[in-house]
Amino acid sequence: MNPLMTLRIALRALLRNRMRSFLTMLGIIIGVAAVIAMVAIGEGAKAQVEASFAAMGTNLLIVMPGATNAGGASGGFGTGPTLTWDDLKAIQTELASVRAAAPVLRRSTQLVSDEQNWSTSVNGVTPDYFSLRSWAMEKGNGLTQQDVDSATKVVVLGATVASKLFGASSDPVGMNVRIGNVPFLVVGVAAKKGQSSTGQDFDDVAFIPVTTYQRKIQGGLQKYLSGQIYVQAVSDVTKAEKDVRELLRDRHHLAVNDDDDFSVRNLTEIAGAQAEGKQTLTLLLASVAAVSLLVGGIGIMNIMLVSVTERTREIGVRMALGAKPRHILSQFLVEALTLALFGGLIGVALGVGAAGRLAIQFGWPMKIRTDVTLIAVGFSAFVGVVFGLYPARKASKLDPIQALRFE
Amino acid sequence: MAAARQAPAAAPDALIKLEAIRKTYVMGDTEVHALAGVTLEIAHGEFVAIMGSSGSGKSTLMNIVGCLDRPTSGRYWLAGDEISRMSVNELAEIRNSQIGFVFQNFNLLARTTALENVELPLVYAGVSAKERHRRAAQALEKVGLGTRTDHTPSQLSGGQQQRVAIARALVSAPKLILADEPTGALDSKTSVEVMALLQELWKAGITVVLVTHEPDVAEFAARVIVVRDGLVKEDRRQTPKPAIPAAPVPAAVDEAAAPPAPPKPETPEAGGAA
Ligand SMILES: Nc1ncnc2c1ncn2[C@@H]1O[C@H](COP(=O)(O)OP(=O)(O)OP(=O)(O)O)[C@@H](O)[C@H]1O
Ligand SMILES: [Mg+2]
Repeated sequence: MNPLMTLRIALRALLRNRMRSFLTMLGIIIGVAAVIAMVAIGEGAKAQVEASFAAMGTNLLIVMPGATNAGGASGGFGTGPTLTWDDLKAIQTELASVRAAAPVLRRSTQLVSDEQNWSTSVNGVTPDYFSLRSWAMEKGNGLTQQDVDSATKVVVLGATVASKLFGASSDPVGMNVRIGNVPFLVVGVAAKKGQSSTGQDFDDVAFIPVTTYQRKIQGGLQKYLSGQIYVQAVSDVTKAEKDVRELLRDRHHLAVNDDDDFSVRNLTEIAGAQAEGKQTLTLLLASVAAVSLLVGGIGIMNIMLVSVTERTREIGVRMALGAKPRHILSQFLVEALTLALFGGLIGVALGVGAAGRLAIQFGWPMKIRTDVTLIAVGFSAFVGVVFGLYPARKASKLDPIQALRFE
Repeated sequence: MAAARQAPAAAPDALIKLEAIRKTYVMGDTEVHALAGVTLEIAHGEFVAIMGSSGSGKSTLMNIVGCLDRPTSGRYWLAGDEISRMSVNELAEIRNSQIGFVFQNFNLLARTTALENVELPLVYAGVSAKERHRRAAQALEKVGLGTRTDHTPSQLSGGQQQRVAIARALVSAPKLILADEPTGALDSKTSVEVMALLQELWKAGITVVLVTHEPDVAEFAARVIVVRDGLVKEDRRQTPKPAIPAAPVPAAVDEAAAPPAPPKPETPEAGGAA
């Protein structure tokens, strides 16, 4: 009796009871599909978080006025001002661990073109800001140091704002928009960045020189920098964070026991923590799905036990005609294994399909983990063997006479 | 198969030699002596009918002779090999290669064609698929069912099913065919057909042992052994009456017009033959 023969006998027995075989496999199918889809969801979510943090910029710190409160770092806008323009200069010039630092002043304002208006976040920045966020221009040249020095009335539009004001296909460079009744010349459209991990549109934004912002939007120059400072570390973000903190504490004359009157957000750390959160979620989902695989295995055992009882006389006949216990054992074991493996493969197809659909639905990359897929299929085969073994052994240990007499 | 063990006690021409065979079933605190010390020899090429009342131990005896069961005590040689101490696997090989079984209730695999049913012993003998088909078709031809190879048991009459079972018993060219009440589920006309087949096999040199309740059926055998209370009570030889079926078997029987099958015995659920 070769293995192929055994497989054919098993397949025929399973095909004879198609509906029952399918229902038995269903547990495994759902289990495997669930494991694959759940892991894909978790991985997709993780990849999306990582991508959106990468879009923020690498090695980035955000320094904000005001202490970190219990709910985490607050927005930074609207808290009492503590950061000064001199603080910015000090960060830019005194710290070896800092590559560049740029101010970001922000207010929600209406932009008006000839045909449309659109309310967006207007940011006062310097050219450094774009290099910090590795944010290129899609059209036009963008802001220059010259624009900042002479506070020219020029604006760079985010991709969303450009299309809202001028339509998706047009080139707004050289056109005028009015911000708070002041006409600004469009000198660039920033490349598309996509969404943040919280679903906020990075491209719904407009940039003007920080000096122009102070004069035209804020209304006059001030000692305090009423916004955030974006800081890019040379390489070691943790070192840069520590240096910035020490520098600001020193400059703000804080005593050893005083709390910081500013806060520093380390985006790399936040990204890591969020990705880790998604990882935990993935694990949780996968283990719930794995339990359903186990339940599927128990289903196989149940049906195999029923099948052995139903086919007791068949077993007796086979034994009388010369089947050895191991022939009977392998016949039933292969049946269980076939159910589990087939179920596993259908489950993979279903799981990959579901993962693909979900990825499209949520707009994140489809992440099928080959290792997880192999483990899921391997595990279902394992389940088939483990849960098939008991019924198969039971069948092989039957006494031929008892089996032949079975009613 | 187990290495041929030297069996000094067995006569050279004895196919079956039983020596003080006992089979005792313990039911709670009572003992049932199904066989109470049977000593018996059956030579190569005999045609034996075992008779006796219900519960006398006929089936128990057949099961031991057929290597399906082991005696509680006593010794048994088949073709010179001592069976009593063989392993489960060795017994399976003996059943596969040396013995053909015919059961009262046919015991064909349901929803499995006649050809595949007949192939079954060859599957466990490790015969190649092509050779299996050839030999199974040949065996079905021999029992007059050459045109019924694709029929499943439910599409065959009782007599036809029993002939498929006989084809299955002879397909591995055994020395011995054991039939426990092969006509028990058949009407008298069909019984004669089955007996004619068994006589034919016997004439071809196969040893046939059958169990029957009916004296009419026992007449076709050359030796009658009567069992009572687990012991051989009578052992006589006779001139067998030739079994002549009403219509000649095999080929000319119009199977479609065969008499309706007697109450259909259950067939075991099948997992398929091949
Ligand atoms: N598994 C068993 N457990 C207990 N007692 C048994 C068992 N098998 C058979 N017996 C007993 O052994 C005795 C002989 O049984 P056996 O089946 O050999 O009778 P039989 O001659 O074939 O009868 P019948 O003509 O009705 O088929 C009976 O008394 C029966 O009850
Ligand atoms: Mg009996």
